[in-house]
Amino acid sequence: MMWLLGCQLVGEVLVRSLDLPVPGPVVGMVILFALLQWRRPETGAGLLRISDRMLRHLQLLFIPPGVGIVAYLGAVRNDAVPITGALLVSWLAGLVAVALLVVLLTRRRSAS
Amino acid sequence: MSETMDYLRSSPLLGVFLTLAGYRVGLEMKRLSRNHPLAQPVLVAIVVIGVAMWLLDIEYDEYLVGGSVIAFFLGPATVALAVPLHRQAHHLKELAVPMLIAIPVGAFVSIATGVLMVRVLGGGDVLERTMAAKSTTTPIAIAVTDHAGGNPSMVAVLTIVVGMLGAVLGPTVLTLLHIRDRRARGLALGAVSHGIGTSRALQEDPTEGAFSGLSMGLTALATSLLVPLLIHLLG
Repeated sequence: MMWLLGCQLVGEVLVRSLDLPVPGPVVGMVILFALLQWRRPETGAGLLRISDRMLRHLQLLFIPPGVGIVAYLGAVRNDAVPITGALLVSWLAGLVAVALLVVLLTRRRSAS
Repeated sequence: MSETMDYLRSSPLLGVFLTLAGYRVGLEMKRLSRNHPLAQPVLVAIVVIGVAMWLLDIEYDEYLVGGSVIAFFLGPATVALAVPLHRQAHHLKELAVPMLIAIPVGAFVSIATGVLMVRVLGGGDVLERTMAAKSTTTPIAIAVTDHAGGNPSMVAVLTIVVGMLGAVLGPTVLTLLHIRDRRARGLALGAVSHGIGTSRALQEDPTEGAFSGLSMGLTALATSLLVPLLIHLLG
């Protein structure tokens, strides 16, 4: 847990002092990823175990922000069309873009 | 009675308890539905807690006295996402070039179409900023949206819905497009439906699941970098 909080702390400090437009925990994730690639801890390491345990219950952690939606139900109803339309179109566009690009790029590579 | 309620409103006890209880109900529903993708514990919990708050006449701020104790761990949990990414990193070498092109382009398409569709359909500025990060994994989407001036509560729900969309419809759409390469299917699912899409991909095929997980991690990074940029450019 100390490592996770430590990486987040460094991330938050970096974001604030360098005025980065990225959230602190995301910078923390990149730092931890670099540390893991460099140090390669063994399978049973405490850091890996606590991470797995937290990620298994990840959904629990976004219940409190999610409950806030209750306060915006009126807004959701008013914006039902843009919300539904943007969600569906954007989801489909992203899915098709990634799938077709990967297929195209792997085909070209195997052809060359 | 009112003294008791005053105590409950100002103590973290009630918020923490409601969150755990709602989550527990959600987990039970998931188990009873045999892990059906539509039975997402977080959505069930939101409904359960919403009803409890209405019955007990509790405001969101009052719930958050306890709720924020739990939400605090969202930060370290986001950092912990580096662990699965680290485990999948060796797959990166297999398909490095296609992946490193397709995923940032995919994130770009997701963000830009989300923002522009909201604009075309007449949603406001805050909704545009909220829709931008909806394809990435929920903890990152919440942080990015908060940073970008959107509505973090709404994006939490939007990401879950988009995840369910991927889990229910994703494989069918990919099959209709004649995408048979397991790696391409996984990458596409993880890029638009994050963890919920990844669990469906894992049910389909282990390779598809691995690539979906990797894609979800890389998309999280790409989204964090691209959302502020695109909101600035499209703003």
